[in-house]
Amino acid sequence: MGIVDINKVTFEYIRRDEEGNVEGITTAVDGVSLSVKPGEFIAILGHNGSGKSTLAKQINAMLFPTEGTVVVDGLDTNNEDNLLQIRQTAGMVFQNPDNQIIGQIVDEEVGFGPENLGVPTEEILQRVEESLKVLGMYEYRHKSPNRLSGGQKQRVSIASVIAMHPKCIVFDEPTAMLDPKGRFEVIQAARALNDVEKITIILITHYMEEVVDADRVFVMDKGKIAMSGTPREIFSRVSELKDLRLTVPQVTELAWELKKSGIPIRDGILTREELTEELKKYISLRKKERP
Amino acid sequence: MLRDITLGQYYQAESTIHRLDPRTKLIITFVYLISLFIYTNPYVFTLAAAFLILVTLLSKVPFKYILKGLKPIGFLLLFTAVMNIFFTGGEVIFSVWKIEATKEGVQRAVYMSVRLIFLVFGSNIMTLTTTPTRLTNAMESLMKPLSVIKIPVHEIAMMMSIALRFIPILVDEMDKIMKAQLARGADFESGNIIKKTKSLIPVLVPLFISAFRRANDLAMAMEARCYHGGKGRTQMKPLRYAKRDVAAFLVSVVYMMAVIMIGHYTGSVKL
Amino acid sequence: MLFFKKKNKESGIESAPETISAERDKNSETDLSALEKENSSRDPRVPLLVADHLVYEYSRGTNQLVRALDDVSFTIRKGEFIGLIGHTGSGKSTLVQHLNALLSPVSGTVYFNGEDVFEKGYDRKKLRSKVGLVFQYPEHQLFEETVFADVCFGPKNIGMSRKQAELTAYETIKKVGLPDECFYQSPFDLSGGQKRRVAIAGVLAMKPELLVLDEPTAGLDPKGREEILTMIDSLRSDGDMAIVLVSHSMEDVAQYADRIMVIEKGKKLFDGTPHEVFSHIKELDEIGLAAPEMSYVMRDLKKAGIDVNTNILTVSEARDEILRALG
Repeated sequence: MGIVDINKVTFEYIRRDEEGNVEGITTAVDGVSLSVKPGEFIAILGHNGSGKSTLAKQINAMLFPTEGTVVVDGLDTNNEDNLLQIRQTAGMVFQNPDNQIIGQIVDEEVGFGPENLGVPTEEILQRVEESLKVLGMYEYRHKSPNRLSGGQKQRVSIASVIAMHPKCIVFDEPTAMLDPKGRFEVIQAARALNDVEKITIILITHYMEEVVDADRVFVMDKGKIAMSGTPREIFSRVSELKDLRLTVPQVTELAWELKKSGIPIRDGILTREELTEELKKYISLRKKERP
Repeated sequence: MLRDITLGQYYQAESTIHRLDPRTKLIITFVYLISLFIYTNPYVFTLAAAFLILVTLLSKVPFKYILKGLKPIGFLLLFTAVMNIFFTGGEVIFSVWKIEATKEGVQRAVYMSVRLIFLVFGSNIMTLTTTPTRLTNAMESLMKPLSVIKIPVHEIAMMMSIALRFIPILVDEMDKIMKAQLARGADFESGNIIKKTKSLIPVLVPLFISAFRRANDLAMAMEARCYHGGKGRTQMKPLRYAKRDVAAFLVSVVYMMAVIMIGHYTGSVKL
Repeated sequence: MLFFKKKNKESGIESAPETISAERDKNSETDLSALEKENSSRDPRVPLLVADHLVYEYSRGTNQLVRALDDVSFTIRKGEFIGLIGHTGSGKSTLVQHLNALLSPVSGTVYFNGEDVFEKGYDRKKLRSKVGLVFQYPEHQLFEETVFADVCFGPKNIGMSRKQAELTAYETIKKVGLPDECFYQSPFDLSGGQKRRVAIAGVLAMKPELLVLDEPTAGLDPKGREEILTMIDSLRSDGDMAIVLVSHSMEDVAQYADRIMVIEKGKKLFDGTPHEVFSHIKELDEIGLAAPEMSYVMRDLKKAGIDVNTNILTVSEARDEILRALG
């Protein structure tokens, strides 16, 4: 059993007109099954409107499946008694840095979760200090969140989740509104939490560069999982990705273009180093053939 | 740049007054306000002035800074003073056309103005030395008994502190939207009132939409962090009275007793 | 009331030009034609906008003074496509708000079609129709009930007749690639990418001579980004509208712009063709801006002994160069 087990989940939005009559039903998630093992780093990719965020919100019981079940660490989200424990086990970091910070001072913000869980004062202070230090935001503890950069705000939000001692964190497009520097800070933090603290990470994004290091990648389209596999497997299917309104990292694209032009390069090149190696190999091979 | 503006007017400094429990400050301010109203008498007012000066010195807030807070009531002061001087019956000092200024009127104007100034000055010291968060906490804590009669004290306090956090963000946003509409040729300045009001629609509609979106997001973020009302909630920075609070209470009790004694023996000026 | 007062002072929307013009007079003696010569050199295209020694400061009169722009000068010519690059907080957003006089400089000025836009009596409302500015997340400023009405807002404001405004709106909505069904839909029912097109159309409908877009692709998915950029690129084909694209994606700017300006800490650091600017790869690295991914790939290849030109910015350039080198 995994830490998160998504079992044939379907989620439907009911659209209503002004009088409240049902206008139609949109199926945002359509029969998705997916199991995440403890300590894994998985990424869910998809264009806007592919259903990836709707799926993510089921994991920490913000939304509930219309059909199917979501089980987090053995707890079914359909059972209302489990709610608080599920939300504590699977924390969530959202997209907009401004709209998820409740406190007026950084340390109060990080303390908000533990306060809700009824953690004793002494321990809250300890947890706040620890989590701010993990995220490198300890020196900002007395600042107003309004004075931080986007990346720093997201790090505070991550610290706030860490302070609740979760086993798993769902990142719902945490970098979509950040500049490259902020993106780097957040992805770095997510990786470190996975490596060092062994926290399971589920990263929802549409930036391909961010999923290169994931253990497994799922690509969603029209509420279904359209592709799944390791980053290398996924990125070797360039044309399919393009059909799903996604792009590959530029290096991968260059390798793919070169291959199309007749240079034998293996599929799924992810980094500059790999490309250089491949090209070097090709050159030395060619030298042997016609010295 | 707009981000730096917080509602209220907290003045950052390290002082005894800053460190006092916000509840202490709230209660003492209240006591002080009462002391201004029981007797109208120059000796009591001198004592009240001395008390204010003492607290101001202790708070390390520059005198000028507090005086700035009096600006908004300038007009009110002038208005009540003029009304008192000219519309109180008694011994006439001089007259302008048919309106007469009286000695009693002047006296009354002076007392009223001093009282008003002390009142605003006193509460300014409180807001200058207490962050809005701590003030909200204090109110929540002091109003806790009200939850017995089903008043949602915790929720009210939570709403207040969220409002405090989001006001600067929304002000910032309004600034952005106004600029964006200016860039589309909007005009917020010319025309009569009706036209001006109408010209605000392109700002207010997006602003409301944004406020709702933010509220929605925030509610979700709070739920995701296990917020479920005040029940079973602990506090990270609970308010605790310290020795200095006891001292402050003692000082204010002594002050109040002195006010009553002086007032009792010298009596009130008849206005 | 406290913060409202402060707001006007600091953001300087339409802030009283008298206070500034006094200081500026010293500078405005700079001869405009001489300035153009200095800025331009060989380019035969007609200058459209000249920024002349712009300086802007936030929080003036306090101890927290921030110099957001520090002596920035440049010339924008008709038909140019300029990429403006810089970190968040580098001053690029402040800069673009000077181009249509939403912010007034502390010193220095902006000339549009040869006229000083901060001169007393200059029609700044008209300027804003000529220098169209699309803000970040422009869809947040939509407010009308239908897409069509929203796009008409700008044209009507600048005094077009109803008929004229509607005609222009119709053309513009088509131009930004929105389908006909959208016309009478509420803009709030559209997808993110479509909303953004509506917002861009709202500015474009004023028929600007210079279009400035502040990070028009922020928050969109890869395909959405590509579509918006292609659409913007297509705007060049009709007429000689100049475009300034503010971005922090080096790859995007490298692909579309024919000139790049780099702003760092309020100063103009580089200004030139993409190849010129990105040849300063070391300096760009130092300030944390980096060059397009491809130029790093090519450097790696060169280091590995493959004889390639390293001044390469896009994937297709890189492919062609590698194929050439491999023979």
